[in-house]
Amino acid sequence: MRQTIAALMQDHPGALNRAISLFRRRGFNIHSIAVGPSETPGVARMTLVVDAEHVEQVVKQLNRLIDVIKVCDLTDQRTLERETALIKVHAPPGTRADIVALCTIFHARILDAGSRSLVIELTDTPATLDRFTDLVRPFGLKEMARTGQIAMVCPAHRERPGILVPAGATSPAVELEPNPFAV
Amino acid sequence: MSEQRTGAQIMCEALIREGVEVLFGIPGGAIMPFYHALPEYDDRLRHVLCRHEQGAGHAAEGYARTTGRVGVCVATSGPGATNLVTPIADAWMDSTPLVAVTGQVGSALLGTDAFQETDITGITLPITKHSFLVTDPAQLPRVFREAFHIASTGRMGPVLIDVTKDAQQARTVPNWDAPMDLPGYRPTYEGNARQVSEAARLLAEAERPLIMAGGGVIWSGAAEALLGLAERTGIPVITTLHGKGAFPDDHPLALGMPGMHGWVHVNRAIQACDVLLNVGGRFDDRVTGKASTFAPHARIIHVDIDPSEIGKIVRVDVPIVGDARQVLEALAEIVECGDRSGWLAEIRELQAQHEHRQSYRRRPEGSSLMPHDVYEAFDRIARSRGGYRVITDVGQHQMWAAQLIEWRDAGTHVTSGGAGTMGFSVPAALGAAIALPDETIWVICGDGGFQMTNQELATIRQEGIRNIKIAIIDNGYLGMVRQWQELFNERRYSGTPLSGPDFALLAEAYGHRGMRVSEPGEVEDAITDAWDHDGCVVIDFQVEREANVFPIVPQGRSIGEMMTEGVAQ
Repeated sequence: MRQTIAALMQDHPGALNRAISLFRRRGFNIHSIAVGPSETPGVARMTLVVDAEHVEQVVKQLNRLIDVIKVCDLTDQRTLERETALIKVHAPPGTRADIVALCTIFHARILDAGSRSLVIELTDTPATLDRFTDLVRPFGLKEMARTGQIAMVCPAHRERPGILVPAGATSPAVELEPNPFAV
Repeated sequence: MSEQRTGAQIMCEALIREGVEVLFGIPGGAIMPFYHALPEYDDRLRHVLCRHEQGAGHAAEGYARTTGRVGVCVATSGPGATNLVTPIADAWMDSTPLVAVTGQVGSALLGTDAFQETDITGITLPITKHSFLVTDPAQLPRVFREAFHIASTGRMGPVLIDVTKDAQQARTVPNWDAPMDLPGYRPTYEGNARQVSEAARLLAEAERPLIMAGGGVIWSGAAEALLGLAERTGIPVITTLHGKGAFPDDHPLALGMPGMHGWVHVNRAIQACDVLLNVGGRFDDRVTGKASTFAPHARIIHVDIDPSEIGKIVRVDVPIVGDARQVLEALAEIVECGDRSGWLAEIRELQAQHEHRQSYRRRPEGSSLMPHDVYEAFDRIARSRGGYRVITDVGQHQMWAAQLIEWRDAGTHVTSGGAGTMGFSVPAALGAAIALPDETIWVICGDGGFQMTNQELATIRQEGIRNIKIAIIDNGYLGMVRQWQELFNERRYSGTPLSGPDFALLAEAYGHRGMRVSEPGEVEDAITDAWDHDGCVVIDFQVEREANVFPIVPQGRSIGEMMTEGVAQ
């Protein structure tokens, strides 16, 4: 099952290595990982999409790392998810108009055009990126790069300031963390 | 103290500031600046030169395990550092506070495959609680403070500090007031009050409750609190391998060890109990057997300082994250007094049925000295003496020691449990003997494990240590593997027969006293003699070669399925 986890960690050399090493050791498959600065200087935010049945163990093991400041399981929460893809697609004059039409439908931007190909940028949910890719693939998908998914909890979902209330929080072992993402 | 210091001097002063008195190590190229500074501090820092870095690491572990303080070992880069991997893994598995300091090649050479360069922080990533690579001497005061803090708090564990050679040589004015920067590290000590009262309610309602005490009880100094809780509630107590000594084995409520080599009545009690309170143990597979069949009728209360241990192996009904002593004290305050004499009597009856059938006592024809002769004699003699510790290695002798010696005091039993590191005992005894010069440190080991690290006999001699006594349970086999081969692999003794040297002569060669015992009648005298001898003694107990540890639960089976006798031969 696909799970989304967000972690805030100190921006130290080796911190990312430690986190990823955990997944390798426990045999969890990482679908996507995105790391970048957070709102706090010196603190990086990592968004992971993993295949894991026991996400509670993943969260606990990540929390065990000294560099990791906060971990949130976002799977059962209402979140905003975004990912960006750069796609180079085969686009000779005969099919170019069809591809441009698809881009319009999906609100994708055409970044550059050559005589026989286009480079398209699309920022949306990972599922929409998948659909768009499926649609342009028959035209000849020459190259693709995706950033990995990032996610943020919807602001309306907070009951108390600073506290995340997981939508399906039934397990007593899931601890409610002060929301590191709502400051 | 605004004077400039070299990084190496700062390292020494940082160690002193952390209260370190002894370090175990071996010098080499990349750690030479540190060793150059060391003599300036030799009135406060005692360096013990070991014969192998693995020995230095285990010695630091032995120091930590018998004192509760952080053990420190030092090695150079490359092979020096990789030789520390085994003790670091051992400390990781047994939650031992250890700080390993390694030299690293100069920062300009990092990543170039320079002479004696290995990525030791990378290699030890999955087996350290945390690690640091220091290239700037200005960071050293903060790094050492953080390292000792992390190693010795929460669930304790090993921390590695890798310092490049240029960082040891460069000069700077140390800032000893640099604050720790650990926003993600906040161990929980106090148990959640609601969960504690829920646990108290479960215990009060239980008709067949059990307490299982693990190593965390000893680390947190909770033995007294455990005794108080058990006596107040009348609940029988099981002690795991690392829990040996957490509860006195001669107490009326003490049941003994669970698991693969646990007693029949203990494992049966676990399978029958309705509430199990596990405090400071992590449900190791050697305790649970097949985890899905473990304690099937029990509601489980798990007290552990490490949240990630809770729910890892078995389902838990009441999770309590916290320090064993604090939680047990809180529990004892609110739990109702109880009387479980009926339940206890049931277990004792089962015990009586099985005790006389313990087949390890059967003396095969033609053999004179059985392993249990040694343990029973040791137990008799130890009863009349105080001030001793026993360090065991890994294998048959280790299980016999856990089963056959009555452990009465916390900290008297030290062994390599989680990692199962053969060769642990002799160097660990070296560390313990230095930490506790007024106590007698007994090593009980096999002839296989002894030969993995026995070069530390030279260190013991060089350091003038006189309080180590080594009992080798010598059966000429890698005995536990041989036992499995006998029971499960058609008696094919592949790679297990072992012909050792003359251990008594070997001891003499190292300047110690050596003895050899092969008759049951000689055992008591030998142990007494060794105990009273002013100096290190090695006794080679030449025991029956094919004695087995029983009961045994075959690996992966339920702890309800015990073999109490070997296959018919």
